[in-house]
Amino acid sequence: MLETVAFYIFAGILLIAALLAVTLRHPVYSVLCFLASMFSLAVLFWLLKAYFVSVVHITVYAGAILVLFLFVLMLLGYDKEPPALWTNPIRFGFAIGFSALSLAGLFWVYKIAIVGAASPEPLSQAGSIEAVGRLLFSQYLLPFELLSLVLLVAIIGSVVLAKKDL
Amino acid sequence: MMLVPYSHFIIVAFILFAIGLVGIFTRRNTILVLLSIELLFNSVNLLFVTFSRMTGNLDGQVAALFSMAIAAAEVAVGLAIAILLFRAQKTIDVSKFNSLKE
Repeated sequence: MLETVAFYIFAGILLIAALLAVTLRHPVYSVLCFLASMFSLAVLFWLLKAYFVSVVHITVYAGAILVLFLFVLMLLGYDKEPPALWTNPIRFGFAIGFSALSLAGLFWVYKIAIVGAASPEPLSQAGSIEAVGRLLFSQYLLPFELLSLVLLVAIIGSVVLAKKDL
Repeated sequence: MMLVPYSHFIIVAFILFAIGLVGIFTRRNTILVLLSIELLFNSVNLLFVTFSRMTGNLDGQVAALFSMAIAAAEVAVGLAIAILLFRAQKTIDVSKFNSLKE
């Protein structure tokens, strides 16, 4: 019962905060709404018993990505915010139409592929740090190690790009 | 025993994806376009974790963790490019970027 109530409350917060993040005029408010939606998404992960993913999600998004967004936003100055495209009805109609179309397509795929698919089995194990870690260091060891290379390339790439005179 | 049906999680993920798409098409601030792309990443992560729970194995959660790491790498490079563009063009309006030269 508690789980159901928590799901609907946090799913509502998630969707409303995400909608505000893409519609609010002030960029800093947008980023803070995005933060609220990230926390609600972490709660949804928790309800799905993906405990490790939930904690990592908060650490990565609230701890790293959001700070990076706010930092760059303040570095570049946000007072000269270009007007959103609400003013242009053709572009706005295209955006809403395309999004509605992709939503309809997703629901169509959902109807033919997922509902028809097998009955959900009970999960034998929760996504605890031990279970996920075991999988990460056995079956997915090579991709996991390669990921560190990807992050290294991203670090070097962004330093080389953003530094003024290297 | 799961009280909330999985389909509701999937529907939330779909709506989140549509909201992210609206953001990509309507915002003109480069940084907020990148933020909308993060919303798409999150929608996909929610789907990964939901399917992981539905099918009863943890591979989906590992995929979600990988996707988070890729998102972090993507946003670092993307914001560095945004800084470069701002330096070259003196604006962060995506509709003003029409030349690769300074």
